[in-house]
Amino acid sequence: SCYTRTLRSEDKVTIHFINRDGLKMTVKATPGDSLLDVVIDQNLDLDGFGACEGTLACSTCHLIFEEEVFKTLGPITDEEMDMLDLSYKPTDTSRLGCQICVHKSQEGMTVHVPESVADLRQPDVGTTSSSS
Amino acid sequence: TGLRRLASTPDSCPRVCVVGGGPAGFYTAQHLLKIHPAVQVDIYERLPIPFGLVRFGVAPDHPEVKNVINTFTQTGQHERCSFHGNVSVGKDVSVEELQKAYHAVVLSYGADGNRSLGIPGENLPGVYSAKDFVGWYNGLPCNKDLQPDLSSETAVVLGQGNVALDVARILLSPLDILKKTDITVQSLEALAASKVRRVLIVGRRGPLQVACTIKEVREMVSLPGTRPDMRAEEFKGIAESLKDVPRPRKRLTELMLKAVQGSPAGSGTASRLWGFRFLRSPVEVLPTPDLTRAAGIRLGINRLEGSGEGAWAVATGETEDIECGVVVNSIGYKSLPIDPAVPFDPRKAIIPNTMGRVEQAAGLYCSGWVKRGPTGVIGTTMNDSFATAQSLIQDMGTGVLDISTVKPGSQAITPLLQKRGVNPVSFSDWEKIDSEETRRGKAAGKPREKLLEVEEMLKTAHSRGPETQCTQSRD
Ligand SMILES: Cc1cc2nc3c(=O)[nH]c(=O)nc-3n(C[C@H](O)[C@H](O)[C@H](O)COP(=O)(O)OP(=O)(O)OC[C@H]3O[C@@H](n4cnc5c(N)ncnc54)[C@H](O)[C@@H]3O)c2cc1C
Ligand code: FES
Repeated sequence: SCYTRTLRSEDKVTIHFINRDGLKMTVKATPGDSLLDVVIDQNLDLDGFGACEGTLACSTCHLIFEEEVFKTLGPITDEEMDMLDLSYKPTDTSRLGCQICVHKSQEGMTVHVPESVADLRQPDVGTTSSSS
Repeated sequence: TGLRRLASTPDSCPRVCVVGGGPAGFYTAQHLLKIHPAVQVDIYERLPIPFGLVRFGVAPDHPEVKNVINTFTQTGQHERCSFHGNVSVGKDVSVEELQKAYHAVVLSYGADGNRSLGIPGENLPGVYSAKDFVGWYNGLPCNKDLQPDLSSETAVVLGQGNVALDVARILLSPLDILKKTDITVQSLEALAASKVRRVLIVGRRGPLQVACTIKEVREMVSLPGTRPDMRAEEFKGIAESLKDVPRPRKRLTELMLKAVQGSPAGSGTASRLWGFRFLRSPVEVLPTPDLTRAAGIRLGINRLEGSGEGAWAVATGETEDIECGVVVNSIGYKSLPIDPAVPFDPRKAIIPNTMGRVEQAAGLYCSGWVKRGPTGVIGTTMNDSFATAQSLIQDMGTGVLDISTVKPGSQAITPLLQKRGVNPVSFSDWEKIDSEETRRGKAAGKPREKLLEVEEMLKTAHSRGPETQCTQSRD
């Protein structure tokens, strides 16, 4: 769906991604591309992002938007909401990145890649080995 | 494909082997390779074919879900990874032997068992486990001769998880849809001759406790040629109780309520019916008068105690009989112990572990269904596998995992296998099977036509046909 809106605009849009470790990555994105395209094309280091390659069969492209931007993103389909509901802790401003197209009005926006699972942020376990 | 310089010489690099080539195995390998610049990873898989349940579980009409195979293939082709298919760990090679050859062993062998119903009549012809039924339509070699009897009008599926809905959907899908998928020819033919026109999906608790996800219910609701057959009385009071329910559960329940409204059997023109039956536990599979096969099922009627997700079913003592010639037991997969050297918790049917570190067993790790139990989507398996990889690499750093000694890896295992008459299948061997399957599929207008015999897979894998050019072997 994103592709139909692709206008070969010369103006790239600056987008900041914040990964699970809080690291900020800034990219110049082409309007009309999906945010999944952006992550892939720019080789952003986001573990496991986009497992189903944008076919609404996973929720690994879950992103959290700023409220102001979120309002401009357009309606969400039942199918996107179904998958979003399966993600780990969806928020009120969550969407699936593969369904969102880059638009000029998003210039400078920041999107967060949320935690995907509770225990990935494991505490540093002590060095006691249970070897016997 | 930039070659990365190895941080150490190949001989002294850390060697890890992964047991099981399903999503857990591939995602664990992927993350190990990513976060450690020198680690060598070998994946041992029982079948000549990689990808586990992505190939043999995920429904044929869910090709999108199988896109994960593209990423697994990148891992399979990675210069520091090699795939050894057709090797059954615990049988062809022991875990102890693997531990001697590798610094660490990750167990990712999934959940190969099926929970049994434990009721009379369970073994009658006409009763199938969902695992076998799914294996049959997906071309799992050991299930290819299942030939389920689909000659009766009603099929009952016991359990209300996503697998149960997959089975119901495959039983009722229009052939036009199925024949464009990678479903096997044999199953397609059997489904074309099927008399089943009503599938009832039975659960012991209520509508607010169903285990399936909304995507699967929506697929049933919009399945062409079918209409819902639900009982409005089972949803009494449900709409009113939705206020404080979390959004996913609320939306799922609302969708079912919509199906109930469109339900009264008799309305609509579609000839095929599907429906949930709630608060019912199987008590007995009823045989035909000559006792040769299943003719029906007796369900015990339950009531709920407690509320919400935690509510539990209590038998009322009343029963209900449903006439049906097909019963599919979909109450769950379960992991089995693989080798006496590996701790196993028989009650939870998992390998006891802390963040993927097998308890009381240094150098052993686990990921996927055998670590967590058989629930969740591939994304869940991905995350838990990444976490296991992280634990393992962390242990290398802290010294909990000793990598100071040189380990031979597959150089020690391959000769052992050879001596035992086992002929492993490499990733490029698998690619020969893959291209043969796609070639056959193309002729039939399908994405692939799966090979069903292990013998034929091995023959194709080890053929020296025109496709063998530039297959470099590693190790
Ligand atoms: C019927 C069904 C449908 C599903 N559909 C979906 C879906 O649509 N979407 C979704 O997201 N998830 C789906 N899932 C869930 C998904 O398949 C699992 O989350 C995932 O496959 C678990 O990965 P795993 O690697 O732990 O197990 P598996 O996929 O089972 O992989 C384990 C591997 O280990 C191998 N193995 C077993 N024993 C040995 C041994 N002794 N030696 C060597 N190798 C061994 C097996 O052959 C297998 O290849 C479905 C599951 C089922 C059962
Ligand atoms: S990439 Fe799978 S849903 Fe977006």
